[in-house]
Amino acid sequence: MIAPAKPELVTVNIDGREVAVPKGTNVIEAARQAGVDVPHFCYHSKLSVVGNCRMCLVEMGLPTVDPATKAPVMDPATGKQKINWIPRPQIGCATNATPGLHIRTQTPQVKDCREGVMEFLLINHPLDCPICDQAGECKLQEQSTGYGRGYSRFIEQKNVKPKRTLLGPRVMLDDERCILCSRCIRFSNEIAKDDVLGFIDRGSYSTLACYPGKKLENNYSLNTVDICPVGALTSTDFRFKMRVWFLKQTNSLDTESSVGANTVVWSREGAIYRITPRQNDGVNDTWMADSGRELYKQVAAADRLAAAKVSGADSTLDAAITAAGDLFKSSAGAVAVVGSGRSSVEEQFLTRKLATVLQAPVSLVSRVGKGDGILVSADRNPNVRGALVTGLINALPAPKLTDLAVAIDAGKVRTVVAVGEDLAAAGLTAAQLAKIAIVYLGTHANTTSAAARIVLPSLTVFEKNGTLVNQQFRLQKFQQAVPAAIGTTDDLVILSRLVAAAGGPTLPVDLTALWKVLAAEVSALGPMSFASLPETGLLLDATPWAALPFIEGESLHYQPSSAKATEGRPA
Amino acid sequence: MPAPAQRRIIFQHIDEPGYTNDLACYRKHGGYEVMKRAFARPPAELVDEVKKSGLRGRGGAGFPCGVKWTLLDKKSGKPVYLVVNADESEPGTFKDRYIMHQDPHQLIEGSMITCFANNVKQAYIYIRGEFPHGARILEKAIAEARAANLVGPNILGTNYSCEMYVHRGAGAYICGEETGLIESLEGKRPYPRIKPPYFPAVLGLYQCPTIVNNVETLCHVKHIADIGGEAFAKIGTPNNTGTRILCVSGHVQRPGYYEFEVGKITLGQLLNEVCGGPLPGRTFKAVIPGGSSAKVLKFGERFKGKRKVGAELVDYDWGVEDVPMDFDCLGMIGTMGGSGGVIVMDDSVSMVEALANINAFYAHESCGQCTPCREGSLWMKKISSRMVHGAARPEDGALLKSVADQIAGRTICAFGEACAWPTQSYVTKFGEEFSAYAATKSAAKPAGATELV
Amino acid sequence: MNLTPATLARIDEVIPHYPTKRSATLPLLHLIQEEAGFISPEAIEWVAAKLELQPINVYEVVTFYPMFRQKPIGRRHIKVCRTLSCALLGGYKTCATFEKEFDTHLGEVSPDGEVTVEFVECLASCGTAPVVMIDDELHEKVDAAKAKQLSDQIKVEAKARK
Repeated sequence: MIAPAKPELVTVNIDGREVAVPKGTNVIEAARQAGVDVPHFCYHSKLSVVGNCRMCLVEMGLPTVDPATKAPVMDPATGKQKINWIPRPQIGCATNATPGLHIRTQTPQVKDCREGVMEFLLINHPLDCPICDQAGECKLQEQSTGYGRGYSRFIEQKNVKPKRTLLGPRVMLDDERCILCSRCIRFSNEIAKDDVLGFIDRGSYSTLACYPGKKLENNYSLNTVDICPVGALTSTDFRFKMRVWFLKQTNSLDTESSVGANTVVWSREGAIYRITPRQNDGVNDTWMADSGRELYKQVAAADRLAAAKVSGADSTLDAAITAAGDLFKSSAGAVAVVGSGRSSVEEQFLTRKLATVLQAPVSLVSRVGKGDGILVSADRNPNVRGALVTGLINALPAPKLTDLAVAIDAGKVRTVVAVGEDLAAAGLTAAQLAKIAIVYLGTHANTTSAAARIVLPSLTVFEKNGTLVNQQFRLQKFQQAVPAAIGTTDDLVILSRLVAAAGGPTLPVDLTALWKVLAAEVSALGPMSFASLPETGLLLDATPWAALPFIEGESLHYQPSSAKATEGRPA
Repeated sequence: MPAPAQRRIIFQHIDEPGYTNDLACYRKHGGYEVMKRAFARPPAELVDEVKKSGLRGRGGAGFPCGVKWTLLDKKSGKPVYLVVNADESEPGTFKDRYIMHQDPHQLIEGSMITCFANNVKQAYIYIRGEFPHGARILEKAIAEARAANLVGPNILGTNYSCEMYVHRGAGAYICGEETGLIESLEGKRPYPRIKPPYFPAVLGLYQCPTIVNNVETLCHVKHIADIGGEAFAKIGTPNNTGTRILCVSGHVQRPGYYEFEVGKITLGQLLNEVCGGPLPGRTFKAVIPGGSSAKVLKFGERFKGKRKVGAELVDYDWGVEDVPMDFDCLGMIGTMGGSGGVIVMDDSVSMVEALANINAFYAHESCGQCTPCREGSLWMKKISSRMVHGAARPEDGALLKSVADQIAGRTICAFGEACAWPTQSYVTKFGEEFSAYAATKSAAKPAGATELV
Repeated sequence: MNLTPATLARIDEVIPHYPTKRSATLPLLHLIQEEAGFISPEAIEWVAAKLELQPINVYEVVTFYPMFRQKPIGRRHIKVCRTLSCALLGGYKTCATFEKEFDTHLGEVSPDGEVTVEFVECLASCGTAPVVMIDDELHEKVDAAKAKQLSDQIKVEAKARK
């Protein structure tokens, strides 16, 4: 475990309470740390500050000093240093905490400012909350309960702007709802580096627009929907599907690459409706890729494996496990295991146990794509480092199972246990598949499941608990959002039963118990437990694997060690 | 008391028969001699002269010019820019137009002295788009100056180099706001920047320290360099030094531009004597003393209080006519000297309609960046426009005032005040006209009065 | 984009006036509009490419500044000042005269294609109100009678051209 650096603190006074905050913290964040809410729309902690909504106006003052002597000027009434209050309200977002800064957020002036801004934002805003997707998570709706007038003094014609503009395949724009906070524009420019959004026209007629002929279609477009404080930007996938207050939120992880973006899975009655990013300042800030949000669709996909099979016929799990045990016996000494960089740490640990009992060689399949430099890395396996940490493998995997193919051709391997990997996709030919008996654990149908002697349907990441180790060697957990699909079994249960069927010990499948074993046997996981793992994860000591040539390039909050090493070297 | 005589320093050659805007004519009248002498002095001395002169910015805010210069972040090591604010667009103001069209070299000389004093290597003149001829004249004048080694590399063999270009705006009032102007010069929408942190003196053009000065202000710099700060400070009145060009428009006999020592002439002298009084058969009703955003003054209202004259506090009891035309006196009575644009309205004018005209201007010119100004300016326009188009309500005056009160002091830039002050002052001072408008659904005004909306 | 060599030369001359190319956005738009009469989508994309910007960056600018037009206008552009000083001395009547003379409405091209009449905000010549700009020329003290006279002049010139 690696401890983060301690920041320099400054003390500010918020509504009469002293609070120490890291230097450079702005007033909104400082107030948040003091438990005081400063309402705002345009400010976003991960974007540049523009100060355009004016909702965060507060009163500010600094302790008075004598201009000549620099001695503090005391207030006889309070016995404390006199505060020189700035007559005009100031925006909290653009003011950083300085020693002694005084803030008042509860004065009549501040209330009046907030009410004024609210009224202005609402005069041209359509009153369509009943049909607006943002209802329930709309900042405008929230703040109007606190600072709304309750009735409208505006009897003029509201501005008319475009409605239902498809900005891209995944994002819909309603300009009349837009409060011109520019969060989406700043996100596109600063984070996604895809400058397609902007304001056109001016004054109250200013309109958010995408350049005609261009589309907001980058792989981060849905973050604009997340950060839109109102219902101007909505997701075409989620729109009109479900009211957000009916949805249950479960913390999870984006498994599309080794970045391990933190996510929230929103579900109701066993069905997932959307995935949104969860803030982790060490990994993904408040962002995630659009591609990762689609992954929930695999849960109810048509090709989902829904029954255990033995030699092509539906079977009970018990019978399938027994058949696997028989197979292990008949091919003793000629079994190989193909583990997975997509399995959880716990599953990889049990996979290793299985391989040990079977005295089987282990291979892993690498999965490589193009890193986008943001939150999708080149390593499309979310947990190759977990396989290293658990000792399932000692070297980085290759894309093809070349060694295994040779062993099959030579007749040295007759049975292969494939944990979630499609052997055909990993380079085994049809002839090679035909020569072996396959025990396949997996979620969806593929060439390998079709060719397998024994099929054991398992769970998607949304249906189980576990941990993954991302590119930073950060151990992070995901939790079960929805119940397991019918006919499927937890991977840990399957693996544990396979170990027993192969003649090994009975291993726990409950995560609390299993983590006791893990902590005892895997040195890198030291004194940890599943329950005590923070929601934002823990950095493991990566020193033992520092020399490995990991394939990830630079991305948000990640700098490859090879890049550090080659810095300054001539190309 | 008769009005003092004009003292033409900046406008010395404006409208002078035979005076042309080329370099030869300017030189014949002693042009660039001040610059030559200034370039022989240490730059810090020039900054000091300007500080001593007490010169206050002529663009609107009246900020002391020398102080502005000393705020420049010279430690950053970044280049320092001068941006000449020639975006003259405050309604009622039309002084810089004549300087640029008729005496461009005066501006260039004042600017080059400013550049030298502040070690500026690059200056831009941001001229409003509606002055196409002005832009061409300035470009030609800069080319002449460059050819004569007065602008460009190694000026007059001093080893000091400074380049100057003209940059045209394209019809946006907000570009007169210095940070909006900087954004515009950077090729963007002219959204004013938040201050802090983006004070031009520290993080201005291209995030470098930048001076933004008005055209008239920079011309004054030339004369300060000429006669010295102390001598300049003797012109005008204490804290309101030098001369000021007052632009008078609207309902007077002789509208136009007049240059006086600051504070030496009262509003009454200016309007009645210099400008010949009201139009035949009319009387003055209201006057805006410093550009359309300044709070309106109502003839007949009185201002009482104490003010400093020298070291003493003396009582004052002024009618509108008695107010000296300087920054401090106009500020004291709740309005401002602003950009020097004086707009006069006589008794034929409905103040509801006049406000509707002004509100239309500000709603059109609001950049739309921050909420109160964006939404408030258009709302005020919609209310006042509805009023004059036959649907006024008794409560509209109070509503207008309340909307304006929700804008001023809460916006990114001073446009919030600029658009709120007219409404606040018109409704406060002419409230009865607003209620009467609701009762009669139109204004009580003489036949033949001009339409304002 | 088909720009004349003269315009292209001026474009290449103006870009190095600034340390960042983006600053040349307004100058380039002015030059293109002077030649083409308005700013087309093609022009926006051309400027963006020339200055290494995204088209939206230029589009945002074009739509903000009233002087940039996205559609062709009449042969002559009549801009009548609408703001207070001019209105106090009859600016609205001046504008109405031009509209009537050319049988047109604000912002439209007149039926004969000769003019586009527009109200604009303060032209900074309030002392000689009401003022009108016809193309680049400022006309002062344009009351209804003078507006009629200017209209006649435009019509005569139009006839002479035909």
